[in-house]
Amino acid sequence: MTALLEFDRVGRRFTTPRGPIKAVDDVSFSVFPGDVICLVGESGCGKTTTGKMVTGLVRPTSGRVLFEGRDIWAMPEREFKTYRKAVQIVHQDPYASLNPVHTVYQTLSAPLLHHKLAHGREEAMTQIVRLLQIVELTPPQDFLEKYPHQLSGGQRQRVSVARALTLNPRLIVADEAVSMVDVSIRVSLLNMLLRLRSELGVTFIFITHDLGVAKHFAAGGRIGVMYLGRIVELQPATQLIHSPLHPYTKALLAAVPEADPDLTRNKERVKLRSLEIPSLLHLPSGCTFHPRCPLYENGLCDVERPELAAVGEQRAVACHVVARELGQATTEGSSVAAGSLREGGVAR
Amino acid sequence: MSQALSAHPGVSMRSRRNPLAGTIRVLRLMARNKVGFVGFVIAMIIIVGSYITPLVIPFNSIGSTDMIYVTPSWAHPFGTDYEGRDVLIQVLRGGTDVVTVGLLTALFTTVIAVTFGALSGFAGGRVDWSITGLADIVLTIPTLPLFIAISGLVNLNSAWQLAILLAVVSWPLLLRAVRSQILSLKQRDYVEAARALDLGTRHIIFREMLPNMMSYIVINFVLTATSAIYLSVTLVFLGLVPLSESNWGVMLNLANVRGAVFLPNALPYILGPTFAIVLLQFCLVLTLRSLDEVFNPRLRGGA
Amino acid sequence: MSTSMPSPAVAESPFAYPDAVLSVRDLWVEYRAYRGMVQAVRGVSFDLRKGESLALIGESGSGKTTLSLALIRLLTRSALVRRGTMTYRRRDGKEISVLSLSPDELRRFRWKECAMVFQSALNSLNPVLKVWDQMYDTIKVHEPMSKQEARERALERLRLVQLDAERVLNSYPHELSGGMRQRVLLAMALLLNPQILLLDEPTTALDILTQRSIIDLLRRLKETLGFSTIFISHDLSLAAELADRVATIYAGQVVEIGEVRATFYRPCHPYTLGLMRAVPSLTASDSEMTSIPGSPPDLIDLPPGCKFQPRCGYATEQCTASQPELYAVGPHHGAACFNWQVLSREHEDAGKP
Repeated sequence: MTALLEFDRVGRRFTTPRGPIKAVDDVSFSVFPGDVICLVGESGCGKTTTGKMVTGLVRPTSGRVLFEGRDIWAMPEREFKTYRKAVQIVHQDPYASLNPVHTVYQTLSAPLLHHKLAHGREEAMTQIVRLLQIVELTPPQDFLEKYPHQLSGGQRQRVSVARALTLNPRLIVADEAVSMVDVSIRVSLLNMLLRLRSELGVTFIFITHDLGVAKHFAAGGRIGVMYLGRIVELQPATQLIHSPLHPYTKALLAAVPEADPDLTRNKERVKLRSLEIPSLLHLPSGCTFHPRCPLYENGLCDVERPELAAVGEQRAVACHVVARELGQATTEGSSVAAGSLREGGVAR
Repeated sequence: MSQALSAHPGVSMRSRRNPLAGTIRVLRLMARNKVGFVGFVIAMIIIVGSYITPLVIPFNSIGSTDMIYVTPSWAHPFGTDYEGRDVLIQVLRGGTDVVTVGLLTALFTTVIAVTFGALSGFAGGRVDWSITGLADIVLTIPTLPLFIAISGLVNLNSAWQLAILLAVVSWPLLLRAVRSQILSLKQRDYVEAARALDLGTRHIIFREMLPNMMSYIVINFVLTATSAIYLSVTLVFLGLVPLSESNWGVMLNLANVRGAVFLPNALPYILGPTFAIVLLQFCLVLTLRSLDEVFNPRLRGGA
Repeated sequence: MSTSMPSPAVAESPFAYPDAVLSVRDLWVEYRAYRGMVQAVRGVSFDLRKGESLALIGESGSGKTTLSLALIRLLTRSALVRRGTMTYRRRDGKEISVLSLSPDELRRFRWKECAMVFQSALNSLNPVLKVWDQMYDTIKVHEPMSKQEARERALERLRLVQLDAERVLNSYPHELSGGMRQRVLLAMALLLNPQILLLDEPTTALDILTQRSIIDLLRRLKETLGFSTIFISHDLSLAAELADRVATIYAGQVVEIGEVRATFYRPCHPYTLGLMRAVPSLTASDSEMTSIPGSPPDLIDLPPGCKFQPRCGYATEQCTASQPELYAVGPHHGAACFNWQVLSREHEDAGKP
């Protein structure tokens, strides 16, 4: 089965006044129809840039982005347009994601009318009402003539999702879509998105820094942990939470505060060798995590960069030490092992 | 920041269907700032009046030599000019060309600057480079010497011609401002979403971005009008643009040339048009306060 | 041990302590908006003991930001403290009423007695001044001392928050990372040894690992310096980490207040309970999680009766008609709910500790 979307050694370099930085470096993964994959990481890890490259809004400086097996940047204009419409984005900030001078009706009707999915107001109205019901904004009539500033943050996000659905997309990239919404309604938004997946078959790439959200959303899917532009671990969600492989993932999981006083005050933290976060301008040699890594081995980790290698059924990690213990090679040339990642789908 | 320039739901697309309701809505919003609204009303009176008075008030351009520079009295509240003609009547009738030049210049400048500024900002690359390069060149040309040169070469005698020329020197500044607005709006999430939805450049510029800049455009329209008025009056006063008929600028020019500055009786001949010009400019600037109420959703509170 | 009847009305016990360093009683704050008066804080009362951490947990629209600004009297001019008292006890035992301080006295109160670290830490520092200048300015205004002494103090505080003191002192804010700036703000707040530290969303904009180091730092600072903390957040897990007592705020009121374990393990107000269940966490099982339906009430146009009732699964007729008081549901544990016993019994049945 061909992957719906595939990243083949994708990299993105930016030139800043202070020098070139690699926001995304040699990232490879595949997403199959109906998949859910969460990209987690702290700021500067490249997850947002990756999301933008998925939607085709940013072009990679190296590697290929393949949509149904074909390189999107080598496609003829018409095919690229089809791809564009098939991949949509939901943004983080509910206050910036909608045009302030358009009503909900205007925002949702624009793509329908522009792409001739509806001819005239009547048809557009029917489709929009249906979309609003899907995103649980009911009764729909109440929302049509509202402006964004008359809606709550959660409602705005739902309109954003409805907008993303207007062109019947195959894949939606949600970039921190619930981070700026009240905690008490995050779960209902996430559940609504998950229903889109089960009822409409939409594939999701969900970007977040919140591991709790990732665990909930990607429950039936995979989580990829990113650090300084690379994917350092990629596993099914439940396995990542319960048996993380990469030391960075372990540190993250241990560092997250829990809403349970006894649990969180007694939780064992992972002690890192250094608190300093390396700048993207001066990446450490070899494995970029080595200055902070508790498993650091002199001569190995600061010399050679570990590839993302498969270490089991759908599990992959980029760490020399861990992979060695699990009996896999992570040196140059072993990226063929990463290729096996591309075959796996998600256990349904 | 640009938040202040976005969102004017008071003037929505909806009011296109019912322009009367829309206009009334706008006026009501403007009335919230009392000072601004008074300025707006007076400015409207002056502008509309300057077109009506020449049709309504007759002007005797012959005058009588025994009435030169008469002291102001009930018969002639502003006294008379160097040929014995009533000054007040001239002041009332003298606004036409000034107002026309002001509004037309603002219109041409805004249209040019917005169209090319938006194009430049959105397209980027070589288009952007060439347009901004041209704008920079025009910006460095000194206006007054240019006009002195032009008046020597071309016979400028209509408001339209003057307006076009003034627009040609005024567009670069507004263009750069529009361009930088567009550049920042390009980064907005909803613009990115529109690109992902493949809505097309024309839609993005005219339906997504420009409506968010309306306040900026309208305010700059008013400011361009005021500076055009000043510039045109200066040019006429210096005698570079011989516009015909009674005209505030012409009055100032003649007052200067015909020795009104030496006679206390003739003071109103100078002050009259000056006052009229200053009043118009002042009221236009005050109007900006009312426009702020219309375009700045934060001031509106609520929701 | 369950009482069969709620204790008589506004029992002082849920939030009152004899040795309080700050006592807030019946605070009402409202401010003017175009549409009407926004009732942001509606009858908030609590005590803060010496050396303890109190977490005020609320979401957007709860009035928590207004409350935090009111505590240090930084409200805008359109805001009005309609009612209430705030009594502060100084180290020498003298009690002063914060609301009636003159501008001079207020300046002496702020930063020396009570310091605040704002929400957008990344923007609270003046970008054109070096850290040293800002710290020196603060010291100069509140407690004049020689430049040498001030420098010593600044360096010492920076070391306390585990920064490379000399280097940071000479840096501009943009040269420091988000986590480092947060530490600088903490150091600045502690410059004059305040008794109370007010923190507004201290870890919101930070990454997981940075957040962890700030939380650990705050815990350590509290242990070594012994100041009292009030922190305001929407993040329950922050309260679980650092708080001795927790108060949940809804529609401008304290709807539950109690010691941290009691509030987390036996919440007696449906909002608190709803919050616990609504936050996606690493340990909670997915099937247990559910959002709170509906949205917060409009603070300009509040419905009668209990303000949480429209979203409450435990609501009864009484709840639409009248407003519940803060009932004592346990030792030093109060909940403003008519049906608190139902929740309490549920916890007992579930065999909670």
